[in-house]
Amino acid sequence: MAEATNNQASGAATTGAAPGGAGAPDRPVKVVGIVCNWCSYAGADTAGVGRFKQPANLRLIRVPCTGRIDPLFALKAFEKGADGVLISGCHPGDCHYSEGNYYARRKFELAERMIHHLGIPPERFKWTWVSASEGQRWQKVVTEFVAGVQKLGPREGKAL
Amino acid sequence: MRIGVFVCHCGSNIAGTVDVAELAKRALTLKDVVYSDHPMYTCSEPGQAGIQQAIKDKKLDRVVVSACSPHMHEQTFRRTVEGAGMNPYLMEMANIREHCSWIHPDMAEGTEKAWEIIKMAVAKARQLEPLYANEVSVNKDVLIIGGGVAGIQAALDLADAGLKVTIVEKETTIGGTMAKLDKTFPTIDCSACILTPRMVDCSQHENITLMTYSEVEKVSGYVGNFTVDIRRKAAMVDWNKCVGCDVCVQKCPAKAPNLFDEGLEPTKAIYIPFPQAVPKRAAIQVDYCRYFQTGKCKVCERVCPAGAIDYEQKDTSVTKEFGAIVVATGLEVFPWEEHYSEYGGGKIKDVISGLQYERMLNASGPYGGHVRRMSDGADPKTVVFIQCVGSRDESVNRPYCSSVCCMYTAKQALLTKDHCGMDTDVYVFYIDIRATGKGYEEFIKRVQTEFGVKYVRGRVSKLYEQDGKVMVRGTDTLLGEQVEIPADLVVLASGIQPADGAKQLAQTLNISYDEFGFMKEGHPKLRPVETNTAGVFLAGVCQAPKDIPATVAQASGTASKVIGLLAKDKLKTSPQIAVVNQKNCVSCWKCIEVCPFSAPEKQELRDGTYKSHVIETVCQGCGICVATCPVNTIELKGFTTDAILDQIEEVLQSQL
Repeated sequence: MAEATNNQASGAATTGAAPGGAGAPDRPVKVVGIVCNWCSYAGADTAGVGRFKQPANLRLIRVPCTGRIDPLFALKAFEKGADGVLISGCHPGDCHYSEGNYYARRKFELAERMIHHLGIPPERFKWTWVSASEGQRWQKVVTEFVAGVQKLGPREGKAL
Repeated sequence: MRIGVFVCHCGSNIAGTVDVAELAKRALTLKDVVYSDHPMYTCSEPGQAGIQQAIKDKKLDRVVVSACSPHMHEQTFRRTVEGAGMNPYLMEMANIREHCSWIHPDMAEGTEKAWEIIKMAVAKARQLEPLYANEVSVNKDVLIIGGGVAGIQAALDLADAGLKVTIVEKETTIGGTMAKLDKTFPTIDCSACILTPRMVDCSQHENITLMTYSEVEKVSGYVGNFTVDIRRKAAMVDWNKCVGCDVCVQKCPAKAPNLFDEGLEPTKAIYIPFPQAVPKRAAIQVDYCRYFQTGKCKVCERVCPAGAIDYEQKDTSVTKEFGAIVVATGLEVFPWEEHYSEYGGGKIKDVISGLQYERMLNASGPYGGHVRRMSDGADPKTVVFIQCVGSRDESVNRPYCSSVCCMYTAKQALLTKDHCGMDTDVYVFYIDIRATGKGYEEFIKRVQTEFGVKYVRGRVSKLYEQDGKVMVRGTDTLLGEQVEIPADLVVLASGIQPADGAKQLAQTLNISYDEFGFMKEGHPKLRPVETNTAGVFLAGVCQAPKDIPATVAQASGTASKVIGLLAKDKLKTSPQIAVVNQKNCVSCWKCIEVCPFSAPEKQELRDGTYKSHVIETVCQGCGICVATCPVNTIELKGFTTDAILDQIEEVLQSQL
């Protein structure tokens, strides 16, 4: 069953970036991020050291390589109620283990379609590349992704 | 299970936006957490002692340190818990600084996020198990990529310490950019006089092997045991016979661009870059050679007294083993012609780059050290230098300072007065003068006062030709007025950037680099010569722009780090590796297919069947096989599927 793209729940005060129009979200969304140790986790560190402010909705899980990420992790996160899932690793060609991100790319190209097929809008799932020196890019990726998810609002119950 | 949680203040770095005392209190409500504390600086001596005391007193069997990034202090705290008798892999870090307090200014928001980060770390800690490191033997040979002053310094330091060193250099001679320089600031020492004896030392040192005109093609393996394919480019000259007599160069009828002289005047198709080249050997630029282009000529073959010319020579490849790799690939000059059309884009003959001017000043350069106009060869009466061309300029995507131009411009201004006479008018257009090294500021003052070089603060907006002069139009921002100077010669203090091919090399070595191609050090303060790939080190401008003293200092620093690494006979390998549960293995060999390191192998069991087995010392712990295995029977120690799923579950507990 496809979820509604606007949360109709009422009640609690709005905290997140409320979109104009109907269906303002009643709580900040929660986004699970799974990132590789060498590029994107370090890129998030670089963003922190540079004090590049970001929305506080992201929770990061560190793995050695995007090649270690089973698409199951993203599906599990959606099953457990994540409002968005962000995967990030090294740019093509830059993988610390030579080619892990290529395997990840293949998997997530497919996983992305499957996730959409399950009724989760594309704005809720993203995979991308951020290198260890790209603190500013990390800030941009997180800010834009969270804003997109927040616009849809929290998911209503299990979609899986 | 007995978990201890330590929530660090980090002074005000964390406590400024995260309520650490509250979090330490809350941590006690988590399952299995029996102790918590909030030390001021957990990494300090009392902070670490506090953890060790708590491990003993409270009989902790897991520790969660909630502080900075594991990239900062994971090793520190692993040693801490190990000191108290705990297995180091039973410590987990929660990054509430880089990923929380430093990016969320709001106390309530920061505290809530930090709380969830801590809960996730505790969830992971419950899944940790003790791990034990393996040992591998170490190859003590060192590969140095790049034979400039950085590579030379590192090679000599390492060779003197008794290690076998191979220098791979893409040009036919070592020496790098420094060999092109006429003088060095601030002492006006002759660059060649300092460098060439060291080049000769390299060629004569019993522990150093020079592989010039060669490039690194492929790197595999890991710290202590790298396997490197090196391609020797065909010089079309048998270097075992060539004695560098130069006769072929004199007789060769074909012209070719002289890259060593920065293209000022052509060289021959067969060439030796400069008289002090090491090794002093000739090579043919095939694209310009008359024989290779037309099939007729062979003059060099006829005149060579050693019979060294070999038109049939082919590239050759060798494979060598090394324990450590030093990258010292240096720089190239920013290609200003492509970006500064307002300066003529390379079309005005009397506008040249700083490195071209360096060759002009040099006695063994194309003009014997005579400063002249490129258009008509006349002596210049007015010389204008323009700083920050390709540095500190976001419009050409070079926002960084090249760090050497202020000083080399001052040096060249002084040398202009010296070569052309004190009555020559010399102007320097600058944004700021950056003279931070030892004796640098004094040198600038001397150039300004003693030599009368006129410094004009402001940018030059346009260069154009008029009546045989180059008109320099700019602003003097101190006087607030337009200036226009008719110059005979204009020298651009062109910035520097990583050498061509640096990014590709970084990818070959699996090390990080920034958007400009400068390679990334392990930590800017604490690991300035290491990379994040164990066993690969950096020296010189490949890491960031720097001058010769800084380059040499960094190269020696790198050498000492390599010596420290290779002083051990055995290296500990990370135990965070993949392990196959053979009971469920279906022998599909997908793990063997995907592994970049050939770590999984087919292992014969007693019953004659074959199952996958991961060789502990070869596995690098990426986990690609783990996510590939169709029956989920490979596990990655330290990053188990259960641990990851538990973290996901923990953080989403309140979602549904």
